[in-house]
Amino acid sequence: MKERTFRQDHLLGIEHLSVDDIETILETAEAFIEVSSREVKKVPALKGKTVVNLFFENSTRTRSSFEIAAKRLSADLINFNSSVSSLKKGETLKDTVLTLEAMNPHIIVIRHSASGSPHYLTTFARSSIVNAGDGFHEHPTQALLDALTIQQRLRTLRGLKIAIVGDILHSRVALSNILLHQKLGNEIALIGPPSLVPAEFAKLGATVYYDIRRGVRNADVVMMLRVQAERGARNYFPSIREYRNLFAIDRKIFSLASRRAILMHPGPINRDVEIETSMADSDESVILQQVTNGIAVRMAVLYLLKGEIHETLN
Amino acid sequence: MDEKIKAKIMDDKKMKRTLQRLAIEILERNREADKLALIGIQTRGVHIARRIQVLIKELEGIDIPLGILDITMFRDDLHKHEQQPAVKKTRIDFPIEDRDIVLIDDVVFTGRTIRAAMDSIFELGRPATLQLAAFIDRGHRELPICPDFKGKYLPTSRRERVKVILQEIDGKDEVLIMEPKGF
Amino acid sequence: MKLLIKGGRLVDPAAGIDRVMDILVENGKVKDVAAAIKKTGNCPVLDAKGLVVAPGFIDMHVHLREPGQENKESIASGAQAAVHGGFTSVACMANTEPVNDNRSVTEYIIARARQVGLVNIFPVAAVSRGLQGENLVEMADLVEGGAVAFSDDGCCVMKADLIRKALEYARMLDVPIIEHPEDHSISAEGQVNEGFISYKYGLRGILKAAEEVIVARDLILQERIRSRLHLTHISTAGSVGLIRNARRAKTPVSCDVTPHHLLLNEERVQNYDPVYKVKPPLRTEADRLELIRGLQDGTIDCIASDHAPHTRDDKDKEFEYAPFGVIGMETSFPVIHDRLVRAKLLTLNRLVELFSTHPARVLGLKDRGRIKPGLPADLTLLDLKKRFKIEEADLRSKANNCPFLGWEGHGAIAHTVVSGNIVYSYKNR
Repeated sequence: MKERTFRQDHLLGIEHLSVDDIETILETAEAFIEVSSREVKKVPALKGKTVVNLFFENSTRTRSSFEIAAKRLSADLINFNSSVSSLKKGETLKDTVLTLEAMNPHIIVIRHSASGSPHYLTTFARSSIVNAGDGFHEHPTQALLDALTIQQRLRTLRGLKIAIVGDILHSRVALSNILLHQKLGNEIALIGPPSLVPAEFAKLGATVYYDIRRGVRNADVVMMLRVQAERGARNYFPSIREYRNLFAIDRKIFSLASRRAILMHPGPINRDVEIETSMADSDESVILQQVTNGIAVRMAVLYLLKGEIHETLN
Repeated sequence: MDEKIKAKIMDDKKMKRTLQRLAIEILERNREADKLALIGIQTRGVHIARRIQVLIKELEGIDIPLGILDITMFRDDLHKHEQQPAVKKTRIDFPIEDRDIVLIDDVVFTGRTIRAAMDSIFELGRPATLQLAAFIDRGHRELPICPDFKGKYLPTSRRERVKVILQEIDGKDEVLIMEPKGF
Repeated sequence: MKLLIKGGRLVDPAAGIDRVMDILVENGKVKDVAAAIKKTGNCPVLDAKGLVVAPGFIDMHVHLREPGQENKESIASGAQAAVHGGFTSVACMANTEPVNDNRSVTEYIIARARQVGLVNIFPVAAVSRGLQGENLVEMADLVEGGAVAFSDDGCCVMKADLIRKALEYARMLDVPIIEHPEDHSISAEGQVNEGFISYKYGLRGILKAAEEVIVARDLILQERIRSRLHLTHISTAGSVGLIRNARRAKTPVSCDVTPHHLLLNEERVQNYDPVYKVKPPLRTEADRLELIRGLQDGTIDCIASDHAPHTRDDKDKEFEYAPFGVIGMETSFPVIHDRLVRAKLLTLNRLVELFSTHPARVLGLKDRGRIKPGLPADLTLLDLKKRFKIEEADLRSKANNCPFLGWEGHGAIAHTVVSGNIVYSYKNR
């Protein structure tokens, strides 16, 4: 086996990772899967390290996934909850992070509604920064856990057709997946109404389809995105009803995909909105496997980051 | 660090004889073969263990279960590395509880790897006995650990390195002592 | 009080002059301009050998933040920044607190400017009361109080009916309406130019059309009204095209562009550094090049900085939460000279037109923008050979949100002369 080197200080996005980095994370994640199947689901790899979960958006699933990952590696973990935070009192993000850093954490996991917030943190923070979703930008650990799931089910990450259906414009899951599969050289089909799938996405190496039947044809992976009712309110589409009629996945449309195709969704799913309920529970659906893999991928990311960018104070 | 070969200690024939002796010694010590299991430490220990497993099958006609253990996550020097060492797979498909486990590695040196392996194994269960088989024991122990089975005791100096070259990885079998160039 | 400026190369596009001339200043006014003026008595002499002497530069779009936001900038600090940048006159926008939509605020600004001295400050009043886009301000009263133009600037007059009436009313008063063209229903919460970059970096986009539909709307209205319409800081190739066509059709219109839109493009936002967050947003490279063509062919009349100071804390934030704007008065000339004149994309004569002659004409400042006996002695002296690095420590503005920090300046302001007083001199060598 070839020796890999992972030299990233932070995980800000798939954009900054090389194919080698991606493969290192996935290989490490595969090794960590075994830990979660043990009776005692804990290894001492990050003993003495402190991870801060800094979440400015509600996201129980991603936050708990990072929390479990950190704990299975024996790291100490602090959950910084924004709803009871000082942010409400008008404290800036910078002051919040500087205050947390005075407690010498090693890794800060941040979820924030403003794109680029994790990048902003790296301009002054001493910890390793992990992007757990920033605005409409990236959600790198989601794309990595998706890749791990694809690799487990399809036994390869190359030569695939990946179809992503839904609100591409506002989806950090979509963008991270697009960047990842572009790096791996896979074919990418983006499907949705023009208001949510701007034609410029073609510049990222994707093909844009407004007809879901054409888009999923021969796809190996069909990735559905969550529809936000709020987009409807802003006239990105006229109604959920019309959206469902045009872009929801059901058995008939899924049958146009390749014979081995799998169905993915980053969750939480809207049953019978973007995904017919029986499809969500079908054998082809890997939605729960994605959740399980999330822990292994996040363990790998926490493990591989240095956690000490500069010498700590004192 | 550039190295050069200082001495060739074993060739393929000698290695084969040593492995056979190790297999016999393990069997002699562990009469209840159905309780016996082997666990090889990633990476070279796994191949040594697999060969011993095959030799036992040839000798006694019994299948001894074989597990694979990666001790990276249990290392005591993780914080010292510029870069995190690669984590490899652990796969132990049998219950450890009340078994006679033989840990197998290619070279025993400071004992720290074995310490990490012991910690790791006790996270998985409570074996009846835990024994250690080392293909080469090169001395310089930093912990109170002593192999139960030794292929060969090989006194070395600290700056030297013992290389167990294996067919499965390197395409041939031999044991070498390496020393830094310029000595 | 006299001052003799000797041996400088006088560049005055309004008079069609570009040669070495002496200038004699007396009591704040130009007394004489001639090839060689003898020194008389103890008249102080400013040696301008090797320097260019231009009519005083005018920045027709700045935010001085006073009254109301003196933590960002004040009339005093803004005046210091202006003369450091070679400006003898600036026109300040109405979005102060309170808004400059009534004569008392205009008069306050003028009174403060007089106390500070240094530089001529010409207030631009709001078009609508409270910048609300509903009711016209008392324009005649404001003109009497000293307002030189009207603009809702960043708010943009969204109702076509209101801009129509403002243009008609302003025509009676012979004052310009300055429009910041931005359809807020399109730009909404946009942060950067909409396109590949905005999608890739997950930032809400501002379509070029947000600007162009207002440019088109105003030009269509102006075709009939024929008032004085000035479109400020245009940023897209489409806007340049619309204005070019309108001028061909003899529709009266003028426009300006900022140094940052001329020298930077949207790719700067990739690191989420809020210093590059401006409105209108930095556009594509193709837009940038078309803006330069607009300068070359005369479609664009002026360069204005849209100097928009913010505190360090304001800009030290998540990109989305940081306010729009950069400061520019102190860097406009050196970066434009270095990147456009030295690169032979503009002539020096054209630069002086863009910085002085045309802004004076657009704002209706009849005694400025030229060097002529009897007119106020506002002069900007340039050292075109001087090389220096643009550094934060040298800024006189309270703010540091400058996208050109660290750039090489080639061509510096040597002296700024306002009403015959040398209000700024550089330290040569």
